[in-house]
Order: sequence, then structure tokens, then C-alpha cells
Amino acid sequence: MQQVLNKEPINSSVEISKKVQKGEVILKVQDLYKSYNRGTPVLQDIQMELKQGEFISIIGPSGAGKSTFLRCINRMIDPTSGSIVFDNTEMTSLKKADLRKQRSKIGMVFQHYNLVSRLSVFENVLHGRFGYKSTLQGVFSLFSEEEKELALSILDKLGMKEFAYKRCDQLSGGQKQRVGIARALVQQPKLLLCDEPIASLDPNASKIIMDHLKDISETMGITVLVNLHQVDVALKYSDRVIGLNKGRIVYDGVPEKLSNSAIRDIYGSEIEDLILE
Amino acid sequence: MQATSSMQSNIKIRNGKIQIKTFNRSNFVLHFILSFLVLFTIVAPFFLEYGAIDIQTAIFYTLDNLKMMFLQPALSQVTLTAALYQILITLALAFLSTLIGAVISFFLAILSAKNLMPSYISNVIIAFNSFIRAVPTVLWVLIFAIVAGLGSVAAILGMTLHTIAYLTKAYAESFEEIDNGMIEALRATGAKWWHIIIHVVLPQTSSYMVSWTFLRFETNYGVAIAMGAAAAAGGIGFELFMASSFYYDLHEVGMITYFALIIALILEFISIRIKNKLIGSKS
Amino acid sequence: MDDRLDIIKKKKIQMTVVLLIMLLITMGTSRLTEFNFIEGFQSIPGTIGWMAANLIPGAEAMENFSKVLSKLWETIVLSIISTTTAGLFALFFALFGSKTTKVNGPLAAFSRLIASVFRNIPVVAWALVLVISFGHNVVTGYFALFFTTFGFLVRAFIETIDEASMESVEALNATGATYFQMVFRGVLPESLPQMVSWLFFMIDTNIRSATLVGLLTGTGIGYLFDLYYKRLDYETVGLITICIIVVVIVIEFISNKVRRLIL
Repeated sequence: MQQVLNKEPINSSVEISKKVQKGEVILKVQDLYKSYNRGTPVLQDIQMELKQGEFISIIGPSGAGKSTFLRCINRMIDPTSGSIVFDNTEMTSLKKADLRKQRSKIGMVFQHYNLVSRLSVFENVLHGRFGYKSTLQGVFSLFSEEEKELALSILDKLGMKEFAYKRCDQLSGGQKQRVGIARALVQQPKLLLCDEPIASLDPNASKIIMDHLKDISETMGITVLVNLHQVDVALKYSDRVIGLNKGRIVYDGVPEKLSNSAIRDIYGSEIEDLILE
Repeated sequence: MQATSSMQSNIKIRNGKIQIKTFNRSNFVLHFILSFLVLFTIVAPFFLEYGAIDIQTAIFYTLDNLKMMFLQPALSQVTLTAALYQILITLALAFLSTLIGAVISFFLAILSAKNLMPSYISNVIIAFNSFIRAVPTVLWVLIFAIVAGLGSVAAILGMTLHTIAYLTKAYAESFEEIDNGMIEALRATGAKWWHIIIHVVLPQTSSYMVSWTFLRFETNYGVAIAMGAAAAAGGIGFELFMASSFYYDLHEVGMITYFALIIALILEFISIRIKNKLIGSKS
Repeated sequence: MDDRLDIIKKKKIQMTVVLLIMLLITMGTSRLTEFNFIEGFQSIPGTIGWMAANLIPGAEAMENFSKVLSKLWETIVLSIISTTTAGLFALFFALFGSKTTKVNGPLAAFSRLIASVFRNIPVVAWALVLVISFGHNVVTGYFALFFTTFGFLVRAFIETIDEASMESVEALNATGATYFQMVFRGVLPESLPQMVSWLFFMIDTNIRSATLVGLLTGTGIGYLFDLYYKRLDYETVGLITICIIVVVIVIEFISNKVRRLIL
């Protein structure tokens, strides 16, 4: 079923960049540090380059700083020091309006979906357009027909069009996550940040979500950066795996080269639990 | 399946525009109620009788009074020790009515918890409680006062009634949240009903009960001030009444209000701490 | 094994100490307030008997019915408009005070402080001060109820916002939404139903507080109660009490119905 959907030709309005060119650097992180109240650093000495259309997983034990790192990229959390250049713009020095504009180019998908549960699927997806609208247009939900059609075509691609008028609190977890992805895609982003997107889902729904994310990076040329708990999932889907331990990058490379000793470096003492699984 | 269903369009179009939401009963009711409240608030005041009142002067006068109260507080009729003693009495009134209310509520809550008792008993108790709640505390106190005389007895009885109505509901709800499996497991061992209460219900819910009870104590402190002022129950409320309605001494009203406020803030602080410590750590 | 026994023993000692302290406080407080448990409990059957014999309104009391109804109406209007207007102000303060939607730290702290002060100044203090300048007038009652309702609703609304919309606010901020877009399309849709439910709760509470305020300031249904109470016309007192019970229960019924429909 899923395969059929993936082979469908992509609606032209969904396609963001006509020619997918892997290789162009869209995000460059240098010397990133983050600590709270001068305590032990949550992130230290992070160096990273992401290319367009790449699918990258960040793995690591809980508390390694995966979530914090993702949120530093779109400045949901302010880093303590360092530089983040996204789409040729330095993120760390941006002020309000410019920051919003830059954020609208970065989609974000959350573990708990973070939908406005009492609104319809359609309304939630259109929320992704807020970064492009004036305050009043947003407050009164004034969207153009093109925007609505874009939202519908994305919902269609994710197999959620028939639920467009459903209230989000009536959906299953997997369906909610697809709405979350649709909301991020309607932003027409260059980068998609996914914070543990499948941690609250059953294996079946997890597969659907991961397949969609992979498809997004391959066919739409969007860079997808995913925080993952499950090493096997990361190995299966990623072009590149980044291992994080205690706020430091301890592995950065292709999944094929991720040896058992590298996994031990990443997970440290938690390794026994992993082997038991 | 997904591929075919996306073919048939379920998208609603009105006036050539794609609709982003459809009719939804709960939103309709919500908007209806909000509109009603707004309209009522705008229209209803015109149907009230205001008598002869010069609003502008009254507001200036009030601001002046508030300035005397809050910026120049001072005690004159009562001494500092007397004021503190009266606060102690108010706290004592609140304590006694909370304590008696809590004890009675515990038994009523067992009877009204739906997982411990048949539902007709709980319905009777719920109805009884909403009857008690419907009568303002001050009326209960004044009604008790006819037989018991004005004073602490009537005040405590009246305040106890509302405490019972409140705590019974709170306790019963926390009882109902107990995992039914635990109760069943003990029932299966042939444990007596009372054993279940003592060994499962009490330990499982004690932190919730402590937290709710203290919250009620905090509320009762406020009620006790009111009863002191309106039903001659004594305490700091009565001093407040005397200072304003008898001596017209706003400086003293201000000082007493500050005392009452400080105690209330301390109680609120403690109650939040208790809630976070007992309940926050559990979840 | 010994350790576990020790823990049980320790718990038992703790319980005993707590019970002893409670007993001491109980004795102390009943001494302080001159409250006699036996006397107190003895007066309960007497009161119930007295209520049954004297509070049932007869034909004579019914002559005051129209007067009671008009004051009752005044009380209802007062309760509703003080709640709605206080709710509007509370909404703004709650938006500034909630950690989800705050504009900045100092403003949030200020907003919480104001709310806490208004909530904890006893309603009788407001009533007693306002009556001096506004006199025996509905405006006195209105402002007294307004201030306390405002304080309460700010806290309730802050909790509602934090509980309902923390996650969706994060998502909206990540899309690059502006503050007002985030408030109107994320926070309000998520929290309005619960806020309306709080409004109903406050209307219900205010009917009862209005009686108290009325008693102190000589307005509304409280004034009428006080009047007939002092005239020893207990049948009318009973009539007034029954009217209040009916109103409160009807409002409670409506608010339960509404809650079921909107939540």
C-alpha cells in the first residue's frame, strides 16, 4: 500500500526545488556550545555541515542533548555560543522579524505532534503558512486558494486528504504525526527537523512515518534531520548517522561504517540495555 | 485504499472558495455562549436601578480611600498583639471547620465513590452535597445562629457544611482514580471491605487528600474572615468590620487587610508547595 | 528484613506524632474560639427541626415574592457581569502571566503578583471599603465581586493556558508565527472551552458571594435576607433561601450541560 503511494508522481505544487542537487551545503554549525545557568554544558564543540536533500539521523542516549541541538538550529533554544549558518544566514544574531522569516524555511516535527487538537486537520496544516502571512491574515485565517490547494495536495500525498475536516483530537497517533509533517511541508522548507517523530508510535505507524520522511528527502530535495532513539531505524533510513554522547559528537559518517565499538562510544553504559533488546 | 480515497474529493467549496473547516457542534455552542455572555454584559446593566449616585465623585472618593488604606496603613483602635490574636482566632475557626469537615467527608466520600459503593448511595450523597453547596455559607451560619446563637459554634457548623460538600467530592474523585485491579486483587483474597479501605484506598490517596484538605483550609481562612465580618463569628474579620463600618478608620482597615493578605499569601505558598511535593513527585 | 521493620516502625511513630499534634491543635483552637464540640453537635438536630418548622414559606411570605424576585434578578445580573468583565481583564493578565505565552519575565512576574494580591484580599475588605464611597448601591457589589473574581480567574486561566497549549505554541513558534497568530490560532482555540467552564464556575460562586456582599453593603438579595432575618420573619427568610438554592442549582445544571457540549 505504502509503496504504491510512494511511486505516485508528485504533484508539481508540492515539489519545492525542481532539480534536486545533493551537495549544496544548507546548514553549517560551528563551535556550538549550550549550557544552562553556567552548569555542565548540554552541547559542546558541535561542528556539522548538512547538504541539501540529505537524510541524517542523530542517535544517542536520552539526555545526550539531541533535542536541545535540534532546537538550537531554529533558535527555539538560544545557544550559548557558536555559529549556525542556515541558507546563507547567520541564525544566532537574528532579531524577531528576521528570525521568524528564517524559521518559516525550517519545518519542525515533534514527538507529541504538537497540533492544536480542537482545530481541524486542514486548519492545522495551514498553520504552517503563518510565517508567510501578516498578523491579521493569520489571526483571521485568511489563506489564498493556492495555499489551500498546496495544503490539500500535501495532505493527499500523505494519505490524509479524506480527514481534512476531522478534528485532530479524533485522529490516531500515526495520523496526527502525518498532519504534523504536512504542517511542516506546507512551509515549503529547505530543512525538516524531526524530534523523535516515532517515539510515541507503534511499529506499523512508525514505518509509515519514516517512509514518508525518506520520500520527502529523496523526491523533494528537503534536508531531513531526525532525532532517533532506535539505532536499527537510523541505520535503515539514513544517508548519514551522527552519534551524540554527553553533548559531544562522537560519530559522524555513513551508517555502514557504524561499528559495534562506535555504538558503544555513543551509548556508553546504556549499551547493555541495547544488546538485551 | 488510500490512493483510491484521495481520488474522490471530500473537499467543500463555497462561493468558489475552499472551506477550511466544517460545522462542529461544540464550536457552535461555544460561540453561542460567548456571544450570549457579551450581549448580556452589555445590555443587562441598563435594567438595574442605581439610585442617586454620582459615579465620578464616588470613584475619586474610592481612590482616595484606597490610598489611605494601602499607602498609609496604621493601627489605632486595636493593638498589634490584639490584631495578631484575632488572626489566630480566624485561623482557628478555619482549622476546626476544616478538620471536622475532613473527617466527615472521608466517610461520605467512601460512600459516594462509585468504585467502592453502589451508585444509588453515591447519587443520594451527591444530591445532598449540591443542596448544601447551593446555600451560601453566610446563610448557613445565620440559620445555625438562630438555634446556637451568634458566635463560633454557628460559624464553625456553617463553614463545616461547605467544607463537607467540597471535600467529599474531591476525596471521592481521588478514590475513583485508584486502579480497580488493586481493589479486585484484595477482594479476591477474601479481604474485608474495611481492610481494602485501610490497605489500598488510604495509602494510595493520602497525598491527594492532604493536598485537597490544605487547599480547603486556605479557602476556609478567607471564609472565616467573611464570617467574622458578616456573622459576628469573631476574629480578624470582625475587626475589619468594626474598623470600616463603626470607626470609619481606613488606615486601620488597610493595616488589617495587609495582615489578612500576608497570611493568605503564606497559606497559598504552602498549599502550592504541598501540592507540588506530594502530587508532583507521584506522576 | 530488619530495615523494613524499622521503616514500618518509623512510619507508625510518625503517624502517632502527627495525630498527637493535630489533637493538640484541635484542643488549642477550640479553646481559643470557645468552641464546644458537644454543644456544637447538639445544636444540629435542633437546627434541622427548627428549619423544618419555621423556614417553609407560607402564604404570608409569598406576598414578598415579587420583591424577592427583583432582588434575585439584581444578584444574578451582578454575578454574571462581574464575572464576564473580570474574565476579559483576566485573559490579558493570564496571557502575560503564563509561562507559555509571556512577553517577558518581569511583566509575567508583575501580572502574577497583581493577581495574587487581588485574589487574597478578602472580598469583605473590598465590600466594606467600597460601600463607604459608593453607598448602598449595586456598583459597590459589582466592584467587590469584580476584584476577587479577577484575581481568581487569572490563576485559573494561566493554568488552563499552560495545560492546554504548551505544545501547540512550540509548534506555532517553530513555523515562524507572530505572537498574535500564535495566541488567536493556537492558545485560544485550545483553552477557550476550559475558560468558559471557569466562567460558569465563577458565576455560580459569585451568586453566593453576592449574598454575602449584599449582607454587608445593604444591596441585592443579601440585604433582603438581612432585613427579614432581623425582623424575625423566618418564612420570608426561608423563601429567599429556597430562591437562592434554585438559582444556584439551575446555573450548575446549565454549566454541566454546557461543559459536556464544549469540552
